[in-house]
Amino acid sequence: MAEEKTIAFDVESIREQFPTLSQQVYGKDLVYLDNGATSQKPKVVIDAIGHYYTLENSNIHRGVHFLSQQATEHYEHARKVIQQYINAPLEEEVLFTSGTTAGINLVAFSYGELLSEGDEIIISAMEHHSNIVPWQILCERKGCILKVIPMNEHGELMMDAYSNLLSHRTKLVAVTHISNTLGTINPVKEITRMAHEQGAVVLIDGAQSIQHMTVDVQELDCDFYAFSGHKVFGPTGVGILYGKKAILDKMPPYQGGGDMIEKVTFEKTTYNGLPHKFEAGTPNISGGIGLGVAFEFLSGLDMDEVEHYEKELATYAEKELLKLDGMRLIGTAKEKTSVVSFIVEGLHPFDIGTLLDKQGIAVRTGHHCTQPVMDFFKIPGTVRASFAFYNTMAEVDILVKGVERSINMLR
Amino acid sequence: MTLEEKQQEIVEEFAVFDDWMDKYEYIIELGKDLPLISDDKKTDDRLIEGCQSRVWLETDVVDGKMQFTADSDAIITKGIIGLLIQVMNNEDPKTIATADLHFIREIGLQEHLSPTRANGLLSMVQKMKLSALKAAAV
Ligand SMILES: Cc1ncc(COP(=O)(O)O)c(C=O)c1O
Repeated sequence: MAEEKTIAFDVESIREQFPTLSQQVYGKDLVYLDNGATSQKPKVVIDAIGHYYTLENSNIHRGVHFLSQQATEHYEHARKVIQQYINAPLEEEVLFTSGTTAGINLVAFSYGELLSEGDEIIISAMEHHSNIVPWQILCERKGCILKVIPMNEHGELMMDAYSNLLSHRTKLVAVTHISNTLGTINPVKEITRMAHEQGAVVLIDGAQSIQHMTVDVQELDCDFYAFSGHKVFGPTGVGILYGKKAILDKMPPYQGGGDMIEKVTFEKTTYNGLPHKFEAGTPNISGGIGLGVAFEFLSGLDMDEVEHYEKELATYAEKELLKLDGMRLIGTAKEKTSVVSFIVEGLHPFDIGTLLDKQGIAVRTGHHCTQPVMDFFKIPGTVRASFAFYNTMAEVDILVKGVERSINMLR
Repeated sequence: MTLEEKQQEIVEEFAVFDDWMDKYEYIIELGKDLPLISDDKKTDDRLIEGCQSRVWLETDVVDGKMQFTADSDAIITKGIIGLLIQVMNNEDPKTIATADLHFIREIGLQEHLSPTRANGLLSMVQKMKLSALKAAAV
């Protein structure tokens, strides 16, 4: 039973800081288990955005006036907070983007300019569409070749196969740190080390890892690390691309416009230095400031404790769900966390998801933007419960009861 | 019964449910009762690909009236299909083409017909209307 579980930290006091969580839907207490899609926001983040628009709103990097200077300072402060959080060596290696998708596209377009026909790019079988399609577009544009690291039926990457794919032709490896569909934690440090041996650069899709564990980009030694603000308790429409300075310096600008230039004449334009070279135009200022506050909030938590607690939630959910008749977990990797994807024999995920919704339980159903993963398991989709540190064991119990009730209604 | 009367009848049927789960229980039963489209007829030209659930639709005109059979791999989608067919079958093409299916909204199922839901139902209704338009034109 849930009561017997040791709770690693005070979940209730954490929950109080997330206003969205304490509401009812369809007359039931909301049980929010769609954190893989987006996370809820702590009050400090919501307040920071409100405060910005109420008192600080101004364009940054351009004004001589008080408000502009203040907004610039706060926006740049956010960059510093995030730099420290992910342990990036330099501030200018932390680029503001609009999200993971934007970060990956930036690399695919700009680093892609340095690639030529016959160069190989390696991704994995469990990538989100946003870490597949940009590389396909690049391959189309440049005549590069896309290779895919296969996975086994547990949803674990086959490292031997990866090793065989690598060669001096490999120029870039792009893999997800944690699979949004399977919850698999990939050995990205090892993946990076092996790629570097062949002289290839490595991009890690951190959309599902930054919110669940300590991430140290120097420790991983990856060349790029991309994530979205909205999945890490920050606002939507903002994200981060970390990139090593030496590589970013070699890359041509991605988009042209204000802020990214040093000097413009009609004959010749010279570009601004990092990070501005990759930050054309007025950015999402309130988003950046809000994201900085989200990371300050996270800094107040012990991420090792968070990781441990979330793992406990997911393990408990799996154990209880497996007691239900016809239950099949999709994604049973040894190293996994926070995501529980399942199907029930003979039932459509959409039906289960709809009935869970009406019981106040928010999950996601479908292919989760990973159609190749669905094809691999030969299923139309899964029901996915994805956890955050503000979820409770009691909520897991509600989920399991809800699934059981849904199964009984549908059978 | 006119199309409007059929809609009214469903609205009244649903008025007894004050709990969402009861409502869905009923929809699921409708889904289970709906005659299936046989597997060999589930061909691509009858398929309406939704993001989540798939829907197959067959259209016929018999004695000047529209006849629909439809199926889905999801039971709730099927139940709602059952309601739509109950309302739309045996009607003149013209009536179908211009029908305002307000009962869906009134019984609280509009989310299933929203463009963001992508379960194939909205496309199905559009296809039903389109085939009615075609039938009306001949
Ligand atoms: C693993 C992974 N990569 C990339 C993305 C794309 O993130 P965004 O839509 O915020 O750019 C997601 C979001 O679902 C994800 O889970």
